[in-house]
Amino acid sequence: MARPTPPLSPLHLFDTDSLIGEDDRSIRDTVRRFVDDRIRPEVAQWYESGSLPARDLAQELGRLGVLGMHLEGYGCAGMSATAYGLACLELEAGDSGVRSLVSVQGSLAMFAIWKHGSEEQKQEWLPRMAAGEAIGCFGLTEPDFGSNPAGMRTRARRDGDDWILTGNKMWITNGSIADVAIVWAQTDDRIRGFVVPTDTPGFSAPEITRKLSLRASVTSELVMDEVRLPGSAMLPEAAGLSGPLSCLNEARFGIIFGALGAARDCLETAVAYARERMIFDRPLASYQLTQAKLADMTLELGKGMLLALHLGRLEDEGGIAPAQVSLGKLNNVREAIAIARECRTILGAAGITTEYPVMRHANNLESVLTYEGTSEVHQLVIGQALTGEAAFR
Amino acid sequence: MNIVVCVKYVPDAQAERTFDSSDNTTDRANVDGLLSELDEYAVEEALQIVEAGEGEVTVLTVGPASAADAIKKSLQMGAHRGVHVDDDAIHGSDAIATSLVLAEAIKKIGADNPVDLVVTGMASTDGAMGVVPTMLAERLGLPAVTLASELEVDGGSATIRRDGDTSTQSITATLPALVSVTDQINEPRYPSFKGIMAAKKKPVEHWSLADLGVDASQVGLDAAWTRVETFTARPPRSQGEIVNDEGDGGQKLAAFLGEHKFV
Ligand SMILES: Cc1cc2nc3c(=O)[nH]c(=O)nc-3n(C[C@H](O)[C@H](O)[C@H](O)COP(=O)(O)OP(=O)(O)OC[C@H]3O[C@@H](n4cnc5c(N)ncnc54)[C@H](O)[C@@H]3O)c2cc1C
Repeated sequence: MARPTPPLSPLHLFDTDSLIGEDDRSIRDTVRRFVDDRIRPEVAQWYESGSLPARDLAQELGRLGVLGMHLEGYGCAGMSATAYGLACLELEAGDSGVRSLVSVQGSLAMFAIWKHGSEEQKQEWLPRMAAGEAIGCFGLTEPDFGSNPAGMRTRARRDGDDWILTGNKMWITNGSIADVAIVWAQTDDRIRGFVVPTDTPGFSAPEITRKLSLRASVTSELVMDEVRLPGSAMLPEAAGLSGPLSCLNEARFGIIFGALGAARDCLETAVAYARERMIFDRPLASYQLTQAKLADMTLELGKGMLLALHLGRLEDEGGIAPAQVSLGKLNNVREAIAIARECRTILGAAGITTEYPVMRHANNLESVLTYEGTSEVHQLVIGQALTGEAAFR
Repeated sequence: MNIVVCVKYVPDAQAERTFDSSDNTTDRANVDGLLSELDEYAVEEALQIVEAGEGEVTVLTVGPASAADAIKKSLQMGAHRGVHVDDDAIHGSDAIATSLVLAEAIKKIGADNPVDLVVTGMASTDGAMGVVPTMLAERLGLPAVTLASELEVDGGSATIRRDGDTSTQSITATLPALVSVTDQINEPRYPSFKGIMAAKKKPVEHWSLADLGVDASQVGLDAAWTRVETFTARPPRSQGEIVNDEGDGGQKLAAFLGEHKFV
């Protein structure tokens, strides 16, 4: 670490960079620069208007190599899991919505095809998705089945060689802008995944509006009314709930890092604000109560980063267990939202506007807390690992 | 087309930059550095030229060991190879000495494969003198077409557009030539992940002054024609000027903008 002269950034204090290899740092730096140039100046406006230029962004992210970056072959960049995590962190320092676009594209839609798809499905979709020319979504959740997707009502039945798909999915990121939907459905032979081009007759994806969280992200309902698909539309290598869960594991891994990006951005904003803001003739940063808040938040951010990097290394060295992913997702999202809320107090009234990123991050993290397994579900996963007792139902 | 792009490693303008109090040179040790943003435009322009036709882009930097980062970033963007001139004697060199070292390095690069085009940024973001490009052209005996906001290279010539306050000039030079580019010329790319991985395998040569046949007495702080005598930190930014609109607000605003050459 170079001569430590204050003021130091929170993660600099932990010197977490020393745990990151050179390649991963280069990748992190290029994403950070992209976010600084391309996301930060505009994201508050996207958030307020509840829209984002997803197609343009997808292509720019594709050019960088972000989409499906941790996958090998088919135009994907083949980077380490840690690099993927760090990219998520930088993107989410911009906005959780942008990170969600990338998570769903790479870890859910692309990964499903990459892991469970046929060679033809891979050839057809992965290169275009890696380039950001085709956008994917992932339909698992239904209006009545969120935490227990096994109960899903969407059904695919055989009609000759074809499949007929019927049902509704809810809260689907990228739904209305997607070119392809990975839809999970009950069949006579367990839960199966289907690759559904979104221009197939009977498929529609109305956008869900009136959101107070993740506003710079498209969230949709998927409506499938007797959608006829060829036999080749099914993902051949996925049978049962383990299919979609394997994808969720990937996306959750990205969130372990991602959530810290939002927290870091809040904390850096709060420190800068506190140093400038004069209260009773002194900078807010010079008050002990403020420093106690900043110190405590820095601890949680740094600990979360150490946990993320540890899990990243484990994943790169051979893979982590789902319960370990739960440790990371539960801790880091929970701490990130706590940091965002605490930072908001430091900014006072200014903190409630889109002038500063803090409340936008805090609101976004409400979604992050819920999707990819709610905190409660992750507590139950960890509880089961510790006790051997499944307490889900 | 064989292109050399001169790039400089500079202290990050976002950080708190200062001078080294022992010899009044730029403090490069305690501030994180990066490839000068103004040089990214030069790298991008060179890449676009070879991508539209064929050829090779060599990035050249003169600087301490840490300046390797500037080469690395350029290679990640897509340049083909790097040359890093590093010698303790160079510390404290002024623009005149820097242009000498660059010129000798470019001659050496061109020894096997003649250089058609030298591209530079318009100025460094640390020294901000903007004189190195013309000095370098003079030393190499090349036409200098500077401050290009557009560049067209075809066959044996380079044509630039230079935007001035009162006129726009179109200037053509025969190749080989030196072109300096402004930040209006293009949108530098981000290093892609593939570029980052590919850069690791690209060749980088390390040359000392001896390799270039430059005597140490010609460079460095002692040989400099200028030196920083003293420096003082800029006073904190003062309160802006508030103009009360008494019906003539627009005129006052226009006068202010004109006076400061904003319009
Ligand atoms: C912005 C956004 C984007 C999303 N994107 C996608 C997407 O792209 N694809 C997709 O398939 N889904 C997506 N989701 C859906 C998300 O995965 C679900 O919201 C999540 O699984 C929770 O389901 P639910 O909302 O139905 O909550 P419920 O399952 O109804 O849970 C309600 C509450 O009950 C708790 N709970 C549940 N089970 C138990 C239990 N056994 N014991 C104790 N408490 C329990 C939960 O933790 C929660 O607090 C998205 C959601 C949001 C908000």
